[in-house]
Amino acid sequence: MENYDLLNAIILLANFVIVPALSYGSQLALAALGITLVYAVLRFSNFAHGDLMAFGTMIAILITWLFQSWGLTAGVLPTALIALPFAMALTAGFCLLTDRIVYKFYREQKSQPVVFMIVSVGVMFIMNAIVRFIIGPKDRTFFDGEKFIIKAVEFKSYTGLPEGLSIKSTQVLTIVIALITMMMLFYFLQKTKMGKSMRAYSNNEDLALLSGINPDRVVMITWIIVGMLATIAGVLYGLDKSFKPFTYFQLLLPMFAAAIVGGIGNPLGAVAGGYIIAFSEVMLTYAYKKFFMYLLPTNLEPDGLMQFLSTDYKFAISFIILVIVLIIRPTGIFRGKTL
Amino acid sequence: MIQRYRTHLAFSFMALLLIIVGIGQSWSVSIGIFNLCIISAIMAMGVNLQWGYAGLFNAGVMGFTALGGLVAVLISHQPIYEAWSVGGTGILISLLIVIVASFFIFYVSKNIKSVFKKRFFIVFVILLAVIGLGNFYGPSIDLIEDVNPAKTGFLGGLGMPIVFSWIAAAFAAALLAWIIGKVTLGLRSDYLAIATLGISEIVIAILKHEDWLSRGVKNVTGLPRPVPYEIRLQDSEWFINIIEWLNSSKLSAIETVSGKQDLLNKLVIEGSSIYVKLCYAGLFISVLVILFFLSQLALNSPWGRMLRAIRDNEVAASAMGKNIVGQHLQVFILGSAIIGIAGAMLTTLDGQFTPGTYQPLRFTFIIWVMVIVGGSGNNLGSIFGGFFIWFMWIEAEPISIAFIGLVTSGLDYGDPIRMHLIASAPHMRLFIMGAILLITLRFMPRGVIPEKVVRPR
Repeated sequence: MENYDLLNAIILLANFVIVPALSYGSQLALAALGITLVYAVLRFSNFAHGDLMAFGTMIAILITWLFQSWGLTAGVLPTALIALPFAMALTAGFCLLTDRIVYKFYREQKSQPVVFMIVSVGVMFIMNAIVRFIIGPKDRTFFDGEKFIIKAVEFKSYTGLPEGLSIKSTQVLTIVIALITMMMLFYFLQKTKMGKSMRAYSNNEDLALLSGINPDRVVMITWIIVGMLATIAGVLYGLDKSFKPFTYFQLLLPMFAAAIVGGIGNPLGAVAGGYIIAFSEVMLTYAYKKFFMYLLPTNLEPDGLMQFLSTDYKFAISFIILVIVLIIRPTGIFRGKTL
Repeated sequence: MIQRYRTHLAFSFMALLLIIVGIGQSWSVSIGIFNLCIISAIMAMGVNLQWGYAGLFNAGVMGFTALGGLVAVLISHQPIYEAWSVGGTGILISLLIVIVASFFIFYVSKNIKSVFKKRFFIVFVILLAVIGLGNFYGPSIDLIEDVNPAKTGFLGGLGMPIVFSWIAAAFAAALLAWIIGKVTLGLRSDYLAIATLGISEIVIAILKHEDWLSRGVKNVTGLPRPVPYEIRLQDSEWFINIIEWLNSSKLSAIETVSGKQDLLNKLVIEGSSIYVKLCYAGLFISVLVILFFLSQLALNSPWGRMLRAIRDNEVAASAMGKNIVGQHLQVFILGSAIIGIAGAMLTTLDGQFTPGTYQPLRFTFIIWVMVIVGGSGNNLGSIFGGFFIWFMWIEAEPISIAFIGLVTSGLDYGDPIRMHLIASAPHMRLFIMGAILLITLRFMPRGVIPEKVVRPR
């Protein structure tokens, strides 16, 4: 079998690094897009975004339970996918409500961005409380349907290789849904009239107003998109891993890191940043011992786990990348600040 | 009238609340809340220095607090000589490698002009350092953690009185603040918020997982106290005499000797807990008073005036020749040092160090609510905010349980909705905090005790 060592090594890497990082990156990218849109249009760093994701996911879980109690399922796909559109609509509505009750006042006052940021901390508290109040702080899984697309055992028997490849259906779903969402978002921003007016508003508020763009409408559309993106990102993350309000709050750091690394305010940057953060996180915390065992001759096999950093420090990785980018190129990779 | 006596009214109200708790629940609870109120007030003063004086958004209060706690352990715990003998040299060599590497990187980035060369050298040094650390750090932490893992398994501390750690914590927090400030100050203001948020998560991650340093999630308990222990008090003659003298009327009302002794025992146990808490309160109040006077002095000095000028108009202050980034760095370091002191005090009060309990909502964002509600830019305001918000944080739970009990009183006892609501009542405190913050920002944006604008006569 030793002739297949290279192949085995590649499969190992695909199994534990490439596929998980791709799906985690897609989730981060969607989340970072929400942050970046708020930053570009409303001009503040939204600390409540992690909890907004948790809120959207909670709605999706509740609707999923409702559908399951009716006996409605999506067959091999998770039921949460049918619930997703409803949850998106409700979360978007919730965003609009928050904007109406809370943020609108400060916008009219033309408050400084930092005031908005503190206000978003208040919103974060309230959303956190609502989520914990309704669904509780515990860990929940709401996945149903077929769990694997390719099982490790089947792959082994099919190819005859000792290294198995398993791909979870949630990973493929995440990547596919994220790609579709991003494509739709970029089409919307680049080609439609509303998207163009959003970009104009983000570039120069006063000039946009003079050109007959209605700022209230732009803000409204932005919140709707942000709510929908947050729900998709949250549900995909919850399906892939599990739903726990505190984990969603902790995602704030990688999300912001992704948005800033790519250039905050720039949607393309948010997507790139999401994948950069995810790949570095997974690649730097993966133990490469087995990988090198396949590739190197027996006498050169490594003693340790060949792990750069233990998984306990995955937050440190997004932070270190953030700091490096801030030092070398403070505006981010794709020169942020406008849509 | 109300405007003028706002401060007095606010603090009288606060005293009234604590007295109500003292009479309604118990004096021990009331003084316990009071002690934590003082620590919160000190943290709020630190954040106020950064936000109120200079307009810096520090979202990493938790990290500085936890660092203060770590310093309390490292100063006060007895050294574990066995661990030092097996792994001490390895750890010291690793520390030396880190220091040398950082100095080298610092030197290279200052003195080499070519960007390519600079980056090449830095990457090279980091790689060398990582290889060196792999050889010394990993093996020695394994050795240290194997020394009596159920009880120690870490290096221990210096075995000095824990009060010294309050000063040391200030320096440790200042050092951390200097590093973060050097990197992020001078960039856009939001970046400081994100960077501090990140560093606080990392500090917690390190404290949780580096067992050789402070036993990680296994916690360090039984730190030495700066005040007497309850058990000792209960045995000492003079303390029993004082309690007897204080309660002489109560005691003389009882006829039987055994009944008298029982009541006295109960009173002594209760009294010793109150006495210990009062001792802590005395220590904490003196720290609060010292820090308050220093902050007031700073606020009213030319330095404070300059900071406010920078806060209110950076461009103008810059045109007047003020070094904005430098001043921001100064005030960021000072504020963080104060938060570090509060962190060490908190660990002193608890008598144990538990990294698992550090939560960003409880240790970062609550402090922000305190500063905003109290009145940013005003030290008295921060102290009031610290007192009031901490009080609410503690008392929100009984209040919301009572409230939910009232709302659901129409439902059956076993009703699932009622059960769920009562079980979720503790989460209402987050809601109350958010609501207080949003309402203050909306209707009283300058806080309960607003900043005084002093005009030169």
